Parts: sequence; C-alpha cells; structure tokens
Amino acid sequence: MLERTGILTDDDLEKVIPDKKRLAKGPVVIIECFQKIPCDPCAISCKLGAIKPFKDISDLPIVDFDKFNGCGICISSCPGLAIFVIDMNYLDKKSLVKIPREMLPLPEKGEDVYALDRAGSILGKVKVARALKIKNKTSIISLEVPKSMVMKVRSIKVEGKN
Amino acid sequence: MKITDIAIIGGGPAGLSAAIYAASLGAKATLIDDGLELGGQLIKQTHKFFGSEKQFAGIRVIEIAEKMIQDIKEYDNVEVIANATVIGYYEDEVITIVQGVNGDMLKKLKAKRIIVATGASENMLPFVNNDLPGVYGAGAVQTLMNLYGVVPGNNVLMIGAGNIGLIVSYQLLQAGIKVEAIVEALPKIGGYLVHASKIRRLGVSIYTSHTLKEVYGTDCVERAVISEINQNFEFIPGTEKELEVDTICLAVGLSPLSDMLWQTGCQMKYVPELYDYVALRDDNMKTTKDKIYIAGDVAGIEEASSAMLEGQIAGLNAAMSLGYKCDNYKEQDKKLKAELKELRDSFK
Repeated sequence: MLERTGILTDDDLEKVIPDKKRLAKGPVVIIECFQKIPCDPCAISCKLGAIKPFKDISDLPIVDFDKFNGCGICISSCPGLAIFVIDMNYLDKKSLVKIPREMLPLPEKGEDVYALDRAGSILGKVKVARALKIKNKTSIISLEVPKSMVMKVRSIKVEGKN
Repeated sequence: MKITDIAIIGGGPAGLSAAIYAASLGAKATLIDDGLELGGQLIKQTHKFFGSEKQFAGIRVIEIAEKMIQDIKEYDNVEVIANATVIGYYEDEVITIVQGVNGDMLKKLKAKRIIVATGASENMLPFVNNDLPGVYGAGAVQTLMNLYGVVPGNNVLMIGAGNIGLIVSYQLLQAGIKVEAIVEALPKIGGYLVHASKIRRLGVSIYTSHTLKEVYGTDCVERAVISEINQNFEFIPGTEKELEVDTICLAVGLSPLSDMLWQTGCQMKYVPELYDYVALRDDNMKTTKDKIYIAGDVAGIEEASSAMLEGQIAGLNAAMSLGYKCDNYKEQDKKLKAELKELRDSFK
C-alpha cells in the first residue's frame, strides 16, 4: 500500500506508536519511516539517545520512549519530513500535533488552518498553537486538534496558499 | 598552449570533489563546466541531503554546493573555465573547449590527466505530441524554477515517481504551482517513500502502474491522457483518465553522458545496472586509458554522495600518478573506497 500510494497503513502505524499507558503520560515521537535508506540525521540529532544510535546507516529509527522528553529537535532534522510529535493530553479536550513545514508563508500562532490527513484530505479547521522557525528552514508547527484526530493530522493547508 | 596537471570536465559534485582533492595535494587543476555557475545539479536542490552525517546529511543540498564552490576558490592552483563546453579530445591529451554564450571562443588545453565528470542526460519518453511546448525534462523545470525564478507552468503532470520526480514535485508545490498528479509506470514508487508521503499529504495523487498516453493542445500542452498499464507495460483499454494540465514534466530516468569517453577510445561496456554504456575502470576510477579517469554519474547512475566519493578517489589517484605527495595515501585511499562500499551496500 505505502509503496503504491505513498500513504501508510494502520498496520504500519501500529509499529511506531507506543502503548496507551505511555501515550497518556505525555508527548511521544512518531517516526513514520518504514523504508531502509541510508540516512541517519534523526539519531544524530537526538542528544538524549531516545532515538537509538544506528549500528548501520540504513537502520530504521528505534525510539526509547522512556528517554523521550518531547523536545522535538528531530522533527526538523529529518530530511524526509517523517517525524511528528504528539501530546494526547495537551488540554482537556485537545491534543497537540507537531508537524514539519517547509511551505511559505508560515501560519502564525492563533491562526486557523485546515488540518490534512496523510492523503491530503481536509479533516477540519484547527488552531495553530505555535509556529517555530528553525535555522535549517524546516519549521515546526504545533496544532491543537480534537483527540480523535491526533493519529490522522499530518499536514496543513493555509487559506489561499498551498 | 596552456598546460595543466589535471583537466576536470564537469563541475557537479564529482568534478568539484575531484578538483578540491587534487588541488589539496598541490596539483594544478583546471575545472571546465558548461553552466553559468559551478555545482551541476546540486545548485538546483533545496531539500536536505540524506545519507550519513559524515557526508553532509541533513544539510540542504544547495548549501553543500555553496561550500564546495567556496572551497574551490581558496585554492590558487585551481582554474575554473565556466560557461564552456569541451568539444573534442585528441590523443595527446589535448582538449578543445568552446566558451561563451554564443560559443565564439575556442580554447585548447593540454592536460597530463583528464577526469571526465560529465554527469548524465535525461531520458525522453515516447508519447503522442511529445514535442509540444510545455513538455519539459525535470532538469529544465528545476533550472527555470530554482536558478532563474521562472514559473515553468501552472498545472503540472509529473511523469515518474523516482526521487527526481518526487523531489521536483515537492519543489513545484513549494513554488505555489499545482501538481495535478504523479504517474509511475512501475507498480511501486521508485523514490524514497518518505518523499512520496510528504507529497501525498499535500494532496497530490500518485498513480503507480500508469503512464502517459497522449498529450493534446493547439500551440502548447492543454490536456493529457494517462492510462493504467499491465505487467507487460501495455495500455489497459478503458482505464484512461483525462487531466487538464499545461505542463508535462518528465522524470523518467538518466543515462550516463559519455560522448567524450567514446571519443577517447577507452573501452566501454554496457552495464544495465549502471543504466547504459560506461567506461571500464579500476577501483582508482582510471579507465583503460592510463591518463583518463571518470567520476560521478558518467560512471553509472547513482547519487550525489557516491559521485563525491568517486570524485575524491579520482582526484587523489590522478594527483598521485603525477608524483604529488599524500602523507597517508594508503590510509586515505582505503578510507574513501570503504566509504563508497558502505554507501553502496546500504542501497542493496
């Protein structure tokens, strides 16, 4: 499926999300990287060792969720823009999804944008909680999303833009 | 006639790496490139480099090019002949160079060694009306868009879901241009799946087992018909879809640009895995002609990391063969070859 459409399946996703207990505890990183390619910036960027150091350049990233503290530096380090951070219990009724973004202009804090799923379909309007500019030009956008959408929202559409 | 130690033909990742390495050992290097600026395809690439942290991973490709071009400038023993095409080789290692926008300047250069790093050319695709304005190669789209800031079209159909097709689609989206769809003849996406996913979630459909059948338009591209194909790459009747697009971008593979090597008379061999005829060479990147080396895509289509390593290997060994000293040659040579092997193993 992923190889034919570019969209991962629920089975794929299952492999990279931690158990419910860990999800309830705080932010977790979701690395949607399922193909062995020679690429190691995520593991190098993680100073906590939460993304385990690679033995081989083509290793898939493995996350130690006990070491992960939510910093999110890996989001902008990934050349494939495949890393997301989610926080299930960000607010009472809202979760937080942090996504990488390389489209200009960046949305601003407080702005309403369309949340898109992995196929680019619109899921609804959500609020930008934070837009963090990063020196390497892969910015990190934090979105407040309904809890039901947290595993689905992976992109945005800014009104009148891409 | 001007004389140089090493003439390097092509200023992309392989040629730049070869020039830097040879110059660092003291050899006089002359780098000849047909672009207005050095860098080859690197200067059109805005994405972050994959690969190992040792070889620029995570850095935007354009910045890698800028760094290498800066490094070149720091060597007094490197001469750059830009905006110039090498048009002929004579067997006493004299090459003729045409320079200038109108090609009105002819130069001759005698080189003790030649490193051919001419890269690759894009493949064409046969379909009805493939000569209509609006049909581009992906390289041309990148040149217009990323070097000259010119919009190549408004609504693009990308042909090919290899890394080039995927990356150029993403760049088009970043430039605010609509990408109608990506079609791929193979049943699977050929490029990195993370590239495919990031384009998919911006709403661009990827049709695998599909190809372009026809393009229509009076003076330029107005519509395209795509069709599903079977395992034998034959059209499946009734599966056609018509798309309103004004631009067709072809990203259907590359072939080594080896005309110069044919002319030198070095031994060539057809290697399907390397995508065409390539020059036979030893592990120092030396061809069957003692004074001619190769590096980069002309030696077989790979990617920028391996081109850079091959360039370094060719630069090092060409300089050594001229008697320049490298204190820890054996160690350096071994290290570069090991890195290249590691990189290739990682693609298996």
